[in-house]
Amino acid sequence: MKLECKQVWEHISGYLDKQLDPELLAAVERHLETCEVCSAILDSTRNLLVLTADDRTYELPVGYSERLHGRLAEVISSLKE
Amino acid sequence: MKAATVNESALIARILAGETQLFHGLIRPYERLLYVTIFAILKNETEAEDGAQETMISAFRNLKSFRGEAKFSTWLVTIAMNEARKRLRKAKTSAEDSLDEPREESEGDYSPVVLTDWREVPLAALERKELREKLRDAVAMLPEKYREVFVLRDIEELNQEETAAALGINVTLVKVRLHRARMMLQKMLVPYLKTQAPPRAGLFRRWFS
Repeated sequence: MKLECKQVWEHISGYLDKQLDPELLAAVERHLETCEVCSAILDSTRNLLVLTADDRTYELPVGYSERLHGRLAEVISSLKE
Repeated sequence: MKAATVNESALIARILAGETQLFHGLIRPYERLLYVTIFAILKNETEAEDGAQETMISAFRNLKSFRGEAKFSTWLVTIAMNEARKRLRKAKTSAEDSLDEPREESEGDYSPVVLTDWREVPLAALERKELREKLRDAVAMLPEKYREVFVLRDIEELNQEETAAALGINVTLVKVRLHRARMMLQKMLVPYLKTQAPPRAGLFRRWFS
């Protein structure tokens, strides 16, 4: 199986999620070995996902947890009345 | 069944039997999930915090309807997602973002952007606050159906089945939408993601394991 760049792009997510079947995976890897463009696209997509999973990207506001539990305590005590 | 799940079911049973105070402990591991799910959809801190509180209270009040077929986290995320959608509807003006939303079945242009500059070092880039801000903006700009899948899969790191269950869609659609969401984000962010060498292994949860 020989893949064009455009076909490889369709499988970038599947590749990153390790969901490609062995034959397709081998074809994608063969292509990536020699194609700098597709390798760069793969790397930038992976970097994007690393950044997404980084806890600093989405931070909690200061005092969030205290307010959340404060509200819960109110609801719980109102039920008991 | 994992130990955490067992403890969770036991905790839920006790809460339902009247030890309502224990709900504090039940919800604690998911505080972040509640806020981040709603924030990533709405990109508004006040709305996200209010939404997280409403989600928690709704989960508390409806705990007896949690049957344990799904994971507690998935059940919670479903409530959070509904809360985010409700708030999004309210916030939306007459301008519907679905107008320029690509149709699921159409081919559309999801081609990634080709890089021409290789100089920037990835981890140095990741340190940059502006880059994280750009990413949050880009996520918030995704059409809603792609944004929802991206939030659950790549921010909350739910698996495909959990994501499908939380959104009420099938796994194939989760895959298609996730791929498109990632490609759209890659396109929006590629000027800031000029990278090559892989970052240190083991530093991040999922991508280098």
